Amino acid sequence: MTAEVPAPAHRMGEFLTFYVGEQEFCMDIMLVREIRSWTSVTTLPHAPADVLGVMNLRGAIVPIVDLSARLGLGPCERRDRNVIIIAMISEQAVGFLVTAVVDIVEVAPEDIQPMPTISCAEACDFIGGIISSNDHTLRVLCTDALAATMTAVSTVA
Amino acid sequence: MSSLNEIRQMFFVECEEQLEQLTDGLDTLQDAVSDGTQDGETVNTIFRAVHSIKGGAASFSLDAITRFAHIFETILDEVRGQQQELTPDLLQEFYGASDYLAGLVAQSAEGDEPEDAALEERIAAIAALSTAEDDGEVDFSQSFVPVSLDFGFVSAGDEADDQSAGFSIRFAPTAALYANGHEPLHLFRELETLGRLTVEVVPDDALTDETDPEVPHLAWSLSLTTDSDESAIREIFEFAEPHADLTIVPLDPPAPAFDLSAFEAPAEDGEGFAPPAGPENAAESADSSSSTSAEPEPQLAEAEPTVPEPAREEKKSTAKAGPKATVRVDLDVVDDLINTVGELVITQSVVTQSIKEAGLQPGTRLAVSLEEFQNLTRHIQESVMAIRAQSVKPLFQRMGRIVRETAQIAGKEVRFVTEGDDTEVDRTVIERLVDPLTHILRNAIDHGLETAETRAAAGKDTQGTVTLSAAHRSGRVVIEVADNGGGINREKVLASAVSKGLVAENATLSPSEIDRLLFTPGFSTASAVTNLSGRGVGMDVVNSEIKKLGGRVSILSTPGEGSTISISLPLTLAVLDGMIVDVAGETLVVPISAITETIRPRSSQIRRIDRGTQTIYLRNTTVPIIDLGQVFGYADAPALDREGVLLLVEDDQGAQRALAVDRIYEQRQVVIKSLESNYGHVPWIAAATILGDGRIALIVDIDEITNTGTPALQPGTPATKEVPA
Repeated sequence: MTAEVPAPAHRMGEFLTFYVGEQEFCMDIMLVREIRSWTSVTTLPHAPADVLGVMNLRGAIVPIVDLSARLGLGPCERRDRNVIIIAMISEQAVGFLVTAVVDIVEVAPEDIQPMPTISCAEACDFIGGIISSNDHTLRVLCTDALAATMTAVSTVA
Repeated sequence: MSSLNEIRQMFFVECEEQLEQLTDGLDTLQDAVSDGTQDGETVNTIFRAVHSIKGGAASFSLDAITRFAHIFETILDEVRGQQQELTPDLLQEFYGASDYLAGLVAQSAEGDEPEDAALEERIAAIAALSTAEDDGEVDFSQSFVPVSLDFGFVSAGDEADDQSAGFSIRFAPTAALYANGHEPLHLFRELETLGRLTVEVVPDDALTDETDPEVPHLAWSLSLTTDSDESAIREIFEFAEPHADLTIVPLDPPAPAFDLSAFEAPAEDGEGFAPPAGPENAAESADSSSSTSAEPEPQLAEAEPTVPEPAREEKKSTAKAGPKATVRVDLDVVDDLINTVGELVITQSVVTQSIKEAGLQPGTRLAVSLEEFQNLTRHIQESVMAIRAQSVKPLFQRMGRIVRETAQIAGKEVRFVTEGDDTEVDRTVIERLVDPLTHILRNAIDHGLETAETRAAAGKDTQGTVTLSAAHRSGRVVIEVADNGGGINREKVLASAVSKGLVAENATLSPSEIDRLLFTPGFSTASAVTNLSGRGVGMDVVNSEIKKLGGRVSILSTPGEGSTISISLPLTLAVLDGMIVDVAGETLVVPISAITETIRPRSSQIRRIDRGTQTIYLRNTTVPIIDLGQVFGYADAPALDREGVLLLVEDDQGAQRALAVDRIYEQRQVVIKSLESNYGHVPWIAAATILGDGRIALIVDIDEITNTGTPALQPGTPATKEVPA
């Protein structure tokens, strides 16, 4: 759960890419358990703004995080293509609400470049690296860092 | 390594079972001693339990257990062989020894080494009970001490063989013996502890190139010079015998003729001389060894018709006394099953609801099947819950140890009685009852029971009685600890509470309110802190622990006659009786166990104290109102402005609070789901559950909300009230 450890993504080959708002991100596909369409959630009292609530995933109670809000990009705009990516992070199931899922890409580990240290927007804390190709740039989400902040918030509250 | 660990784990689980049998046996013996009806079979059962523990411990090199069990077993053997009479005093020593053995097992299970000095002391104390002083003392210590150092070959000493008899043993293992992990060398080493042993290998002549390497070809011929009788030897081979051809022939004439004994003592094991059992008729378990030895060898086949009668009888009685057949299952597997069944129940109700919404005609085949489906699901759920349930017996036996220990330290004579041992409760509940019950029992003995002199002066039996009972009562489990001591000294309790500032000096409290002061944090009447209790942390911890389990504690005391503390608990922690309520459009669950009453208040009863706080004036008390909608941030305006309903609850000091909600939907059982496992703690929320429509509802944590949600009131001032069960 330590934030400074780079995501295990660096050693894996396949990444799930998705849109959060207008920006494209990806995460290690090995962390992804399933992708579900949006269903209504039960709100949690006194939860941080980016924790939308909890939903019933075949009997397990899974918290749903608005990834856009978490990354400091403002609350996710509700559209039909919105989906929830259920990821398993350090033994805990978490659902991330994203704008839309795009593709699965294969990336060699050496193609992932470290995040430039100049920028310091809120989102940078959660970016484990960058995958650049000719036409666009993909940011690799460091899910461990995301989960770490979520647990911290929920226990403090 | 991990598989060895697994076997080790299994050993400790089995130890628990053996200890249970041991305590059971002692209880039976106690009754038997007071009735004057002694029963050899009970001593045998106890002996076997200790022996099995010893055997298992030796294979894991748990020296402390092995040594202690060995010495314990020796004394038991004397009682069994009627060399020693079983007196009530001796029985008390046995209880002490069995408690100590249980302690050793628990310590070893934790991986701790027991203190040497204490162990030596206990061993010496038990050894002193032996009556075999005349000729046995020298042999005894000599044959015993070497075992303590290591399990190497040590001669029993020269003095032993002068007057002792001997046996010639032929031991020919089958492949199954090795397959089951037995090792002849260990058996021979064990034999060596009985006396002087010579071992000779008898190889199979037929060793050829085609010899099957999987089939054993070696047999052993042993001659043992010993004072022990044949049963001692048989015991060593107890577990190996079913997988080997074992012949034991005495070297000396004193033993009765071989075939005669088979008829004279057909069903007696461990006494005199029983015929060897052939591998083909040897039973697998130690329990049935009595019937095994009753069956004659093939050459005695003509005698068989006379044997079955007593043998069958014997078997029946052991079967009755023996433990129930059980299957050991990983708890995770059971929990997984419970979860899946919980899902099934939810899905079932979703299906039912959807079909009904689609316009189902009653009486159609679908409707009938649907009903059947519903019944089956409920049945499955009940059965699965029953898997998790466990009898309270091991808990009660553990408490027995605590009672004996406490009684000893407090210097009081205590008779410990248990009732309803076979009551079944969810195993998590049982685990979490250990600490509260320990506190209550220690209190009952230390504070509840009077000293022998005081009791005698009051015309009571000098021996105090503490009764621990369990029973199912209207869907809950009620566990009671009753003592026949002096009851609660209310004047002293009240004075102490006043001096500690827990109660205002001029307050008038009813007797039951005074009794409940015992559960107030920081309360203790003991003028001196004793070793046992009196640190002032006992009873309020009990109260909060039981509340965490969804239970309630109540106390009933009659001066001069004693006190009873009752704990009422839900049957399981996986399911909760909840009241489903609406709070500003959100569905919440309030545990019914916390609710004492529901009220639709008249506006005249509601009083506003300051800006936010509302109170209700109820039966001459002012009860603060906690508005759930505002606490959880669901609504800005209080629910009472929308014609809400109040739920009266009690906080852990017995003070009343009223929870304001918008509407009560229904009462129903809900399956508890953890929020912590995937998220974390949510303030004022205990857990979550899944409703019939598949949606999640949060379960309100009453304790947290009553303790932090409102300004604290003077404890003890509002009227206390019992919840209807």
